[in-house]
Amino acid sequence: MMERVVDPLVLQRRRETNVSFVVGFAIMVALFAVLPFIAYPVFLMQALCFALFACAFNLLIGYVGLVSFGHALYFGWASYLTAFAVKSWHFHPELAILIGTATAAVLGVVAGGVAIRRQGIYFAMITLALAQMMYFFALRTPFTGGEDGIQAVPRGRLFGYFDLSNEMTMYVFVLVVVLAAFLLIYRIINSPFGEVLKAIRENEQRTISLGYNTDRYKLVVFVLSATLAGLAGSLKALVFQLASLTDVHWTMSGDVLLMTLLGGLGTVFGPVAGAFAVIAMQNYLAPFGQWVLVIQGVIFVVCVLVFRRGIIGELAAFLRVQL
Amino acid sequence: MFEIFGIPSQALFGQLLLGLINGSFYALLSLGLAVIFGMLNIINFTHGAQYMMGAFCAYLLLQYLGINYWAALVIVPIAVGVFGILIERLFLQHVRKLDHLYGLILTFGLALIIEGLFRNYYGSSGQPYQVPEALRGGRNLGFMFLPNYRAWVIAFSLTICLATWFAIERTRLGSYLRAATENPTLVRAFGINVPRMVTLTYGFGVGLAALAGVMAAPIYNVSPQMGSDLIIVVFAVVVIGGMGSIMGAIVTGFVLGIVEGLTKVFFPEASNTVIFVIMVIVLLVRPAGMFGRTA
Repeated sequence: MMERVVDPLVLQRRRETNVSFVVGFAIMVALFAVLPFIAYPVFLMQALCFALFACAFNLLIGYVGLVSFGHALYFGWASYLTAFAVKSWHFHPELAILIGTATAAVLGVVAGGVAIRRQGIYFAMITLALAQMMYFFALRTPFTGGEDGIQAVPRGRLFGYFDLSNEMTMYVFVLVVVLAAFLLIYRIINSPFGEVLKAIRENEQRTISLGYNTDRYKLVVFVLSATLAGLAGSLKALVFQLASLTDVHWTMSGDVLLMTLLGGLGTVFGPVAGAFAVIAMQNYLAPFGQWVLVIQGVIFVVCVLVFRRGIIGELAAFLRVQL
Repeated sequence: MFEIFGIPSQALFGQLLLGLINGSFYALLSLGLAVIFGMLNIINFTHGAQYMMGAFCAYLLLQYLGINYWAALVIVPIAVGVFGILIERLFLQHVRKLDHLYGLILTFGLALIIEGLFRNYYGSSGQPYQVPEALRGGRNLGFMFLPNYRAWVIAFSLTICLATWFAIERTRLGSYLRAATENPTLVRAFGINVPRMVTLTYGFGVGLAALAGVMAAPIYNVSPQMGSDLIIVVFAVVVIGGMGSIMGAIVTGFVLGIVEGLTKVFFPEASNTVIFVIMVIVLLVRPAGMFGRTA
């Protein structure tokens, strides 16, 4: 790649972006340090896993403009593999997470390779269809436990030392992994690679004419997104000690879309805020049964019609910073 | 009774018939999706919910007003179609100028609302719907037993599909429609009210989904989630066929129904996934779909 010409104005804007990111990140970390003393740790860990899931999803929809409707595939299958590795093979948690994440990466290569052959609306339909195919596979194949899923997964000892059955230890572990992945995503979208991704989002034809092999960029970012979604799924399997069909069902793909949209497409912090909002809503509204579905639908409609920037997007516009 | 490839003919033709039935619904639904996509340039995620509404309306009409199947066959598509027109006027017209992803998300949200409301009132279990009296029973064709209702569904949906094809490809109104799909601004300059055409097209596509729902009511149980499971398969059908051609959508729908039926006979484990596998193969060999024009 050529030496990049750095415009002083661009440099200044980048510095401002950096400042707002550092401030935002500091606030987020502070919140996560205090929250476990106020809220129920399992709820927080659940929200953290989904925050990572949504961030991974946002990498695709927010920065490349690719709408995947089948991200449950990577989340759910990583969750299955991690649960199975821990329970049946008695692997250490870190190795089991690695296996789950690697599975998601492989699935991402295959599904991404097929899906990027079509653009736009077709891309969404293809990812949805592929995820549904693997849902049926999960339903049929014996190792996933069918309707029961894989239950009572032991959390084990991290590196053979930290006892993860302690909620606080588990919380710190999940937090560290999620924050590391979050920083990785921030690094990706602000790298030269990330600039090309945004160029594809704005105008793919033009990016091709500039000499970029956009299909290759799309495939790489698809695999990255799938892998990180898998990491989220693997963590979730250990947090809940459960992997089930819910995780691979299309409603899960809808949930992660809702989180990202509500938080703010293409914002760094949006998916985290969206995940917390949606998980909290699902927990508090659980007694109302099917109304959750209706309310989620209403949020989708409202977001699309009047609230397209999402929570963090609106906040950023109000503060005139990039978040 | 005789056997083909070691399979009793009764089983083989029975599944083939079931495949044709499913194929009728795939064809009607993907036809509606293709028509809507052509005019509105959105993929109608609410389609499955509207199909479910069709089945439920038929059920409710019979249950509470005593209106029979034949009347429902006319009333329901119109009623649900009007509902579709309201949706287009209230919501969809506002996202036309935005990125297509918003149309997708909006219709997905609407589908969740509709499905959630029906689940609230009717639970997840299915409601039975009687086969209309005139179509009960069946006839023995020698190699298989053919229930009258199923023969009717196949014949009627085929008729509707071909009529739609004729209306779009061979009539003056259809030529306006096709012209407006290609270049709405130019067609408007000729004094044709394109926004109204868009609205009516959406209503028509939704009406087709509702019609499929009415026909499905006596075959499957009428349940709130009957649409969401089906719509994903129909999406795969649409990807395979490509949305560029009306006839393509019809043919792909029926053929894939038959293929699915045959898979149930020879390799039952794969019957749920066979359409998705075909989709992957088609994408690898012909990315634009069997009947698709390259974008």
